[in-house]
Amino acid sequence: MLYSDKVLDHFSNPRNVGELENADGVGEVGNAKCGDIMKMYLKIDDGIISDVKFKTFGCGAAIATSSIATEMIKGKSIDDALQLSNKAVIEALDGLPPAKIHCSVLAEQAVKAALADYYRKQGVDPTPIVGAIEDCDACH
Amino acid sequence: MKKFIYADNAATTPVSQPVLEAMLPYLKGEYGNPSSIYEKGRRALAAIEEARRQVADALHCKPREIYFTGCGSEADNWAIKGAAMALYKKGKKHVITTVFEHHAVLHTTQKLEKLGMEVTYLPVDENGLLTAEDVKAAIRPDTALVSIMYANNEIGTVLPIAEIGAVCRQAGVLFHTDAVQAVGNVEIDVQAQNIDMLSLSAHKFHGPKGVGALYIRSGVRIENFLDGGGQEGGHRAGTENVASIVGMGRAIELACAPGAIAKKHDHLVPLRDKIIAETLKLPHTRLNGHPTQRLPGTINISFEGVEGESLLLMLDLAGIAASSGSACTSGSLDPSHVLLSLGLSHDVAHGSLRLSLAEDITAEEVDYIISSIPPVIERLRAMSPLWEKIVKEEQAGA
Repeated sequence: MLYSDKVLDHFSNPRNVGELENADGVGEVGNAKCGDIMKMYLKIDDGIISDVKFKTFGCGAAIATSSIATEMIKGKSIDDALQLSNKAVIEALDGLPPAKIHCSVLAEQAVKAALADYYRKQGVDPTPIVGAIEDCDACH
Repeated sequence: MKKFIYADNAATTPVSQPVLEAMLPYLKGEYGNPSSIYEKGRRALAAIEEARRQVADALHCKPREIYFTGCGSEADNWAIKGAAMALYKKGKKHVITTVFEHHAVLHTTQKLEKLGMEVTYLPVDENGLLTAEDVKAAIRPDTALVSIMYANNEIGTVLPIAEIGAVCRQAGVLFHTDAVQAVGNVEIDVQAQNIDMLSLSAHKFHGPKGVGALYIRSGVRIENFLDGGGQEGGHRAGTENVASIVGMGRAIELACAPGAIAKKHDHLVPLRDKIIAETLKLPHTRLNGHPTQRLPGTINISFEGVEGESLLLMLDLAGIAASSGSACTSGSLDPSHVLLSLGLSHDVAHGSLRLSLAEDITAEEVDYIISSIPPVIERLRAMSPLWEKIVKEEQAGA
């Protein structure tokens, strides 16, 4: 199992760790059985993600992917955040070991789940905008 | 210099200086093939026969009952498949083992099931123990073999091998034990303990990697695993790994010298128990494995709300090399089958730490380990949504 320097950096100094009080959107994906849970908190002002925090229970890659995902969406528009793909997360981390690809999927899903929660709170059905948020299939 | 404390001796151990010195001549000038007739060959043969005697002395058996192999896994494979093949022809198609063996045993018995044999996987209790009575109750008229590990690699629980051996001998059933973690840590006497076959691996007791051995009691007939030339009495083909075999002999001689194991226990057990006692002061932690019937240097603790790999990476940053369950399963996402067998839930099993100490660890190093764990746990718990849930549920219940 070889992690890139970027993964180790984000693991040992994770950015944007914590919670946001009065978050506009909160999403949680994964489960304890798989060994990964990611929880993402978003503050949204005028369609812009003005603040983001995360909490993660999981391996080094799970912490690193959540950390970099928060950096990649902070200050961006909702539309940009919806475009965040797990491939972009992997690239930003200079790669992930094959067994850890699912962590990048989880990071993408955590962002989408938080945005879905935001839309629900606005009284908008998130499914047509965010798409279906599926559980990762790594442990099925 | 960056701090480095090696606390993963159950994964592997460094080759000691005397072992290295014993090996070096056979990596340089003494390149003879032990099967060759001339003097250079005869010297190589004499060297492996001396190593065979050293292994036999440590296990209390005859040198001709020791067969060198390429590793501990090969010894396990050979013992189980070899016995199964020999006894299947006689209508014996049942094997007994436990749910928490090393994969070298479990994947081998699963292979036997595919070939039509029946395997009973005995459960273990919450401490990783089972009794000889449990084994006795599982023996059938068609049982070919009982294979039960001497000590568990992940949690360190030491099983009642002498009692199990007695039960098997009385029932006339072959008894194999995977003693890879036990050799050099506990006193082994294959005769007194009624062991028919025993697997060991050199790199667990300061020998080199890539060499193991299988003890096969004289009179026990099993099929060969590696067919070919006449090495190892015609039972394990392949030109001998002379230097490594010599290293294994020297390593076991040192590890099992009179008084060496008692000395190791006197030094390690108080340090092991200090780490356990201090670490269990953290809330929501659990010692895995039996509190006293355990290997002198092996510790396994679960921390709720924390995932094991993150814990290992954080400890690595603090200069401590440790493991989370078996290193062999680290490529897998599933939690350890050993921890699940103790009745742990998946999420708790994900958050386990194995520390395995060597005889040269100092009290200062142990104190450093003790002081390094709580801040790492607190940091990971502070960012864990699972820990958040655990705390909330506790507050709601209080």
